[in-house]
Amino acid sequence: MKGFIKKIEQINFGLMSPEDIRNMSVVTVETPDTYEDDGFPIEKGLMDPRLGVIDPSLVCRTCGFRGGDCQGHFGSIELARPVIHIGFGDVIHKILRSTCNECGRVLLNNEEIEEFTQKIHETMDNKESLNAVLKEVYRVAKRELKTMPENDDEEIDPKHCCPHCGAPQEAIHLDKPVTIRQGDYKLTASEVRERLEKINDEDAFVLGVNPEVARPEWLVLTVLPVPPVTVRPSITLDTGERSEDDLTHKLVDILRINQRLLENMEAGAPQLIVEDLWELLQYHVTTYFDNEASGVPPARHRSGRPLKTLTQRLKGKEGRFRSNLSGKRVNFSARTVISPDPNISINEVGVPEMIAKEVTVPVYVNQWNIDEMKTYIENGPDVHPGANYVIRRDGRKIRVRNEETKDLILEQLEPGFIIERHLKDGDMVLFNRQPSLHRMSMMAHEVRVLPYKTFRLNLCVCPPYNADFDGDEMNMHVFQTDESRAEAKSLMRVQEHILSPRFGGPIIGAIHDHISGAYLLTRDGVEFTEEQALQIIRKSHLKLPVLKSGQWILKEDPDFGEESYIIKEKGDMWTGKELFSLLLPNDMNLSYSAEISKCPVVYPEEDAKVIIKDGILVQGVIDESAYGSFSGKILDKIVKEYGPGRAKEFLDRSTDLAICGIMKTGITTSLNDEEIPEEAQDRINEHLDNKMAEVDKLVESYEEGYLQALPGRSLEETLEMKIMQVLGEARDMSGSIAENYLTMGKQSDDDPYDHVMAVENHSVVMARTGARASMLNLTQITACVGQQAVRGGRIERGYLNRTLPHFKKGELGAKAKGFVHSSYKSGLDPIEFFFHAMGGREGLVDTAIRTAQSGYMQRRLVNALQDLQVKSTGLVTDNQGNVIQTMFGEDGVDPAKSDFGKPANLDKLIDEIRMESMVGK
Amino acid sequence: MKIDIQDHMLVPKHEIMTDKEISDEFGDVDYDFKDLPKIKSGDPVVKAIGAKPGNVLRITRESQTAGVFVTYRIVED
Repeated sequence: MKGFIKKIEQINFGLMSPEDIRNMSVVTVETPDTYEDDGFPIEKGLMDPRLGVIDPSLVCRTCGFRGGDCQGHFGSIELARPVIHIGFGDVIHKILRSTCNECGRVLLNNEEIEEFTQKIHETMDNKESLNAVLKEVYRVAKRELKTMPENDDEEIDPKHCCPHCGAPQEAIHLDKPVTIRQGDYKLTASEVRERLEKINDEDAFVLGVNPEVARPEWLVLTVLPVPPVTVRPSITLDTGERSEDDLTHKLVDILRINQRLLENMEAGAPQLIVEDLWELLQYHVTTYFDNEASGVPPARHRSGRPLKTLTQRLKGKEGRFRSNLSGKRVNFSARTVISPDPNISINEVGVPEMIAKEVTVPVYVNQWNIDEMKTYIENGPDVHPGANYVIRRDGRKIRVRNEETKDLILEQLEPGFIIERHLKDGDMVLFNRQPSLHRMSMMAHEVRVLPYKTFRLNLCVCPPYNADFDGDEMNMHVFQTDESRAEAKSLMRVQEHILSPRFGGPIIGAIHDHISGAYLLTRDGVEFTEEQALQIIRKSHLKLPVLKSGQWILKEDPDFGEESYIIKEKGDMWTGKELFSLLLPNDMNLSYSAEISKCPVVYPEEDAKVIIKDGILVQGVIDESAYGSFSGKILDKIVKEYGPGRAKEFLDRSTDLAICGIMKTGITTSLNDEEIPEEAQDRINEHLDNKMAEVDKLVESYEEGYLQALPGRSLEETLEMKIMQVLGEARDMSGSIAENYLTMGKQSDDDPYDHVMAVENHSVVMARTGARASMLNLTQITACVGQQAVRGGRIERGYLNRTLPHFKKGELGAKAKGFVHSSYKSGLDPIEFFFHAMGGREGLVDTAIRTAQSGYMQRRLVNALQDLQVKSTGLVTDNQGNVIQTMFGEDGVDPAKSDFGKPANLDKLIDEIRMESMVGK
Repeated sequence: MKIDIQDHMLVPKHEIMTDKEISDEFGDVDYDFKDLPKIKSGDPVVKAIGAKPGNVLRITRESQTAGVFVTYRIVED
């Protein structure tokens, strides 16, 4: 059966007839016992060898395959009396109440039958759901009487009679789950079956039973299929004891009762006893299908544990569907905590040796690699680059265990074998962090086997994974085929994902110290001696500039030869900008405003405007705008114009360089960074006092009735708006006062610092360069925290007409509604602290709710769009061929290849052309 | 008073395509024009321009990405 592929052409849903079950059955099971004392399965028992084999050493008596290849064969049990299938209780009830109790015709007149038949045909042709039509059929066909008349000659309304034979219709009830009752009389399963048999095919069709695939009487079981032993394998315990599957236990119960019922019936036992046994049989068959049906006490194991029968196998989170089909588990994967490593490339991942020895790569042995493979086998499973398994040419898998097996394998080893060798440096693996919200959540990395027990990743790939190192764990999957490896290498590698399809800019880029480091290096005035500079170049793994006749050639253009040399005299001091220039492509030209240009004062002024000419950083500093994730201009240009490989190299080398930069001065922060002079504090306080007075004035004018309502707003809303505005200004102004004192370092030529590298305030450096934190964070620490908000407005809740009992009822002042005058540094008073906690709590609750909501929204979007495909012409279709868009996104632009969402950036193009023409002149 | 909804700023231009236009437009595309999106015959615009089931409408509308975009819709019952 191996390697045999069948194509499913169609699937039919229907009921199995007793004949179908008998035809499919290979054995009629009669004995409730499983094994003889000698351990052999009993013929006609539940473990009959014809039902299939599990043991690979045995051959199946039905199909002739060995265990493992034999997929098993169904048997059957002839039930002594029919029983109702628990899944069809309500279907049977619906059909019975819609058919005549006497003649078995459907309780519809001929016209109605005609009409509904047509309607059903139509809906089926349209491939629509039949539910609505059938509901209507059952509604119309309901003619039952609430109570039957006491004496026979009483006139009965014809609408309660069969339209065909005129018999009055007594109500039929379903006592869940399987008891059918007509009035007070309980119908037996045989009687139910007889009634269902009477229904003709045409009537059955109207009732929703397609006679092509089912007959109503098949809803009542007379023959029970016995699943093959492969479905219910028995387990041999360590003690040699056999433990049977729950399904086998249940089938044993059914067989026992069936046997007893048969014996009693043959012996002519009293009706009462037969009925009792019959009911017991019904119970066992019911629990065989569903052991959690309401109204039926669950069948239990000897230990008291409820049995896991058919329904329980399929249903719920641990059921076959959700657990085994939707949620498959994979081999060759690993998961552990992540930690940062700036010394590995962005497309690498550090894999602990422990993991590298566990997950393997299958390699075909050939004449060129056989020697290498031999060393792996010699190393065995415990020494790193080793091997765990060897698959011989005949497909047998041998575990590399000890010296003996190693020798054995080495003797046999020849081309064609497959070696499952340990993961080693350079292997491609898939790396993933949940939640996998976009395609950058799963990228292909190259392995670097490293000591210790965490996955190591370069900091530049934190943004796409949204990873940090506060205990995050990530998963790794090892590719097992050359095809998958090749595909991953061209589509999923990290450098292929530097540009995000979300906004067409780099999502992988510098963060945190990477940015502040580059700033500290490229600041104006940073100088190194030649020795220091060369050390930095070496440490950053940069190519050493060529030394030619006592001059360093920083940049050259091969097309122009010596004319294009940008040179530097040997022995001169090196600037940080020159060092950074070594990273840039030789012909790169670019100018933009640095992140720090947002500062009120930049010293020296030129640093705010970045100019790169012929690959030399002529002026300006490197900060977030240069190569930060989400916004890096230089990085963006390198990926788009020089390709992802060059961009990867740029990021790797700039990481190294930034580390050198940051190590030159070091970076540190303390509360001193948020210190401002007393005079500044006084100004802030004075300013806040003024604003408070302004608020009081507004409140006063409101109370006196002078306040004019704004159009479309009530007086109260107007006042609230104006107060919010004033308080907003209060915070902003106090912040900007503080900002004047929170400077990065030297502000003008008059400043007393003797050296630019004596950067004064690292907190501000981090905020201004975009590395971490914002000026708002800093001014909240230094100057004033500002208004706390709950539900988008000032704080209103708490006591009757006031927030806290410290205030008068109806008080509208700033303090009473949650304005925090203090700074985090000076500390909040208890009232402010309380309001601050209110605002903070709302923030937490909001984020919790937002993630749940956006997660569900994303899920619905993914489910709705997952089958769409874009053809090479830009046509978007679904899997039925329906056209969704004739041109993808209406403009046919791949956002990942766009320039921040636009097909092309005209300004940039014009700049480039202008520069080129200038060079030409 | 009857308002022509086609004059409304939010209603893009809808036109019924002639058979010739249909064969010109969809003669050499890589999809069957019968797979185009549908529009109900009860749609106010369809009623306003008097399109019948089976007609193909050309809708010319402003697009955020492409400036102007032409899309098509088949009138169905």
